[in-house]
Order: sequence, then C-alpha cells, then structure tokens
Amino acid sequence: MLQVHVTRAFPDFTLDAAFEAPAGVTAIFGPSGSGKTSLIRAVAGLSDCDHARITLGGRDLSTLKPHRRNIGYVFQDARLFPHLTVLKNLRYGGRHDEEAVIAVLGLAPLLGRHPASLSGGERQRVALGRALMSAPHLLLLDEPLSALDSPRKAEVLPYLEALRDQTAIPILYVSHDMTEVARLARRIVVLDRGQVVVSGALEDVLADPAAVPFIGVRDAGAVLSGRVVGHSDDGLTKIETEGGALWVPGAVGRALGHIRVRVPAQDVILSRSAPEGLSALNVLSVTITGLERGTGPDVAVALQAGQARLLARVTARSCDGMGLQVGDHVFAILKATAIAPGDVG
Amino acid sequence: MTDWLGPAEWSALWLSLKVAFWATLVSLPLGFAVAYALARGRFFGRQALNVLVHLPLVMPPVVTGYLLLLGFGRTGPLGAGFEALFGLVFAFRWTGAALAAGIMGFPLMVRAIRLSLEAVDAGLEEAAGTLGASPLRVLRTVTLPLAWPGIVAGAVLAFAKGMGEFGATITFVSNIPGQTQTLALSIDTLLEVPGGEPLALRLAIVSIVIAAAALIVSELLANRVVRRRAL
Repeated sequence: MLQVHVTRAFPDFTLDAAFEAPAGVTAIFGPSGSGKTSLIRAVAGLSDCDHARITLGGRDLSTLKPHRRNIGYVFQDARLFPHLTVLKNLRYGGRHDEEAVIAVLGLAPLLGRHPASLSGGERQRVALGRALMSAPHLLLLDEPLSALDSPRKAEVLPYLEALRDQTAIPILYVSHDMTEVARLARRIVVLDRGQVVVSGALEDVLADPAAVPFIGVRDAGAVLSGRVVGHSDDGLTKIETEGGALWVPGAVGRALGHIRVRVPAQDVILSRSAPEGLSALNVLSVTITGLERGTGPDVAVALQAGQARLLARVTARSCDGMGLQVGDHVFAILKATAIAPGDVG
Repeated sequence: MTDWLGPAEWSALWLSLKVAFWATLVSLPLGFAVAYALARGRFFGRQALNVLVHLPLVMPPVVTGYLLLLGFGRTGPLGAGFEALFGLVFAFRWTGAALAAGIMGFPLMVRAIRLSLEAVDAGLEEAAGTLGASPLRVLRTVTLPLAWPGIVAGAVLAFAKGMGEFGATITFVSNIPGQTQTLALSIDTLLEVPGGEPLALRLAIVSIVIAAAALIVSELLANRVVRRRAL
C-alpha cells in the first residue's frame, strides 16, 4: 500500500494531494496543468516539495534520495541511454526477472539495437522493461503513451495490460486519456488544479454522476465488466455483462475471457418504452438511481442494470420533458458503433 | 633530420610538449569539476566563478603572468605553501611554465566541457537515478560517456593553447633556455638574433603541424563517438 501526501506551492496553484494506492493500477487523471506530473515526480523524489509524506508498505520514502527509493519510473519520452544497446539499457538498473520481462514485453528482437533505431512504441516498451528489471517496489508511469500515435498506442497497450495482470506492486498511471485509464486502472485519483477532487474504485467513480464535472462531460462514462461469449460472422463481438448482453464492433477478446467495456455517457439514449424498429443493437432495461444537474444544459443520469451501473448524459430539457425521476424504469439504448475498439479491453 | 633543428630548438619543442601535456593533464579534472558546477549547479557565487574562470581569456596575459609571480613566486603565499608542503617550486622552472599554460588554457577547456555537459539531457541522469544509480555512477555511466567528445575537445584546445602560450609564461618564469624556453619563447628569441629567421620559420611550421594534428585527432575521436551512438 502506497500512502502519499504532498504539498507544494506553485506561482499559479498549490499542489496539495493526498491519496492511497494499493497493489494494481491507480490512475492519476486530470487535465493538463492539473499537477499530475508534479505529483508523481514528488513521489519519486525528483522534485522538491514544501511537505511530503510518502510511505510504501510502512517504509517512509520521503527523506530518501531518488536512487534509494526502489521506484521504477517510465517517462513520457522514454529516456533511453543513447550510447547503450537495448540490452544494456535494460540491465542498467538490475537483472530482475530478465527472461520474463523480455518475453512479456516482446523485446527479444531488439536487444542488440541502439535506441536511435527504435520506433516510439519500441522505446516505451524498453523503458518499461528497464524499470521492471530494477525490481521496483512501486512503478510510476508518466503518460507513457501520450507521445505515441494511435497505432503505436494500440501496440503498447496490450503490454501494459499484461504487466498490470502480472505485477503485484502499486502502479501509478498518469494520464489525461480516459480510454487508457478505463482499460488499465482499477482505481482512479482525479486531480484538478493540484487538489484531489474525486478518488476511489474506477467503476464507482466513473458511474458516479456527481463526478462528471471533474471527469469532463466528454470523458464521462461507466465501465462495464463482462465476458466474451461469442464472435459473429458479421464482425461483432457479444459480451455478457452483469447488466445484460452487449454487442460491440470488431472481433475483440478471447472467448470466455474477461473484458471491460467503457460506455461513454453521451452515447447513451434513454427511452420510456421498449424501442422498436431502431437500428441500435444494444438495449438494456435499467433503473434510474440518481440525477445530477450540472451548471450546463445537461443532466447526468445514474442507471442500474442488474448488478451493473451505467451513466447517461441527457439534456435538462429531455429530462424534464420525460419527467425522469429516481426509481423510474427506463430503457438505455447504446449504438454498438459508439463503443470504439479502444474502449474495449 | 635531427639537424633540421638545432639542439636548443629540439629542447624547446620537447619542453613545450612536456609543459602542455602536464598543464592539460592536471587541469582536466579541475576543469571538468568547474564545468560540471557551471552546467548543472545552482549555487550562490556561480556567476562569480564563471567570471573568474574566464578572466585569463580577456585579461592581458602579462597581467596573468604578473599575478602568478605575486602568488606563486618563491615568496608568494601560494608559492611558499607549495614549496613547504610538496617541495614544488614554480618560479623560473618548467613547472611554472606548465602552471601558466594550464591557467591560460583553462577557460577554453571549461567552455568546451561545459557546452558538452549542457548538451547531455539532464533527463537521462534523472532516469538513471530512478534506476538506482548513485550520483557517482550516473556521472561515470551516463554523463561522462555522453560528454566525451566535448571533454576531448576541451583537452585538445587547452593542450594547443599550452603549446603556444607566450605572455604569461615569459612574465612569470622568464625565458631560460632548457628550463622555461618553450617553442613560442624560442621563436621570439630567434627573431631577435641576426640570421635566426630560417630556424624561427621551421619552429613555426612545427607548431602549426602539432596544432593541426591535435585538432584532427580530436575530430576523429568525436566522430567515432557520434558514429557509435548512431548505430
């Protein structure tokens, strides 16, 4: 368990953040300039703080020099040593689990090469492997995908997922991309202007209508967990979630494999009656559990579908016109194509 | 071949090489430390240190030589101290010529090393630290290998400057054949002597060849480093 409380005054805002992170991926989410990078640099000891209390498994890190903290850090820009081969880069911090790391990250073909000849995605994989081989007790990933284009991101994401599933240490994952966060994180800490505005289990925070203003209306949307039950001939995948069956585009996941689907709140349509003659494939019967009016023209609607929770974003006018109330039974309609391939994983 | 230069000239050439070699060798660790402090350090008096290091570059060499005479003469505070502690005498010895050469070459050396250190991404040093490397190991395994071409260039410049130093040397340790008469001083003497000009010209050619060779060697070394990194 990692426990953090750091404060630092900047000219235009004050970083004052406290949170806990158990083993597994905790996302540090927030807009640019919200203090995410300052926060994890403070955890690593790379920046000075006015006050820092950082304990990892009961051990106080705050007074230690960075090189004594046993922390793996993957920077946005990889920072591989240009004068060393990939193998020497990997071994720089140690040779912990060397064979497994090389295998999991698919690095075997790269070992003899120099960083200058690697693609952006390959560099990030090497940086990740290098951090892992130093046997860290805590892994800090500072937007490791943000410098990559979409195909490269898609190339690295599966490695990160494998890493998440095979590592038993806390991992802090800094990102402003909700798609990545929803796929990787178990917990989320939302920062805004240096303060923690929401934190908790990812499913809870993303299904909480009160958290929508902090997540941002475009990024809001619940995450459903489910199992892949089949791939159809016409290019769709059927996923059995706790809230009912969903069809998503593309052949994703392995049969019977566990999978997560992020359903953007703005792509959920609500209907009083069971829809007929509609092109949308996914219709779930849901109960309204909460209504949260923002400052803008829309309302965040929390929905319960069996054991699963969903979030919908509708206009205040629709909400009033339909007379939506907490406890009402309605139908949630999701267009299959609204679920981007990146939202499933 | 050996009678191309007279024994006095051979001795001057040999002395110059010795003076420049020792001046470069001894000032290199200090030059690196100062360059590192200027490139990476954020401390009080950094600007003052910067000015102090560069002074010999802009002061009249005769002033530098005079200050050396005051400080490192046998009765000077530093000169007396070195003699008492290490038995090392600078005044009117080749060691004094090496000291003068080292001080005159110091700004050039520091400048070249500092530029190469500033070109090393501090982020790489930071990354090495997060991988558990102590500051000393970071220096040895990341900073030094990456700054290597600049360090070689700085040393070569200081060496070349040491070969040709004139003003501070003649002021500090005078012009004693076999003891402090380096190449530059020897050329100066020959130009004063009737009929000495052909020999002066030969010495001039020798010094040009040495300077050019030093530059070529440093270029080759730098290129080799760049090529190795690009692979």
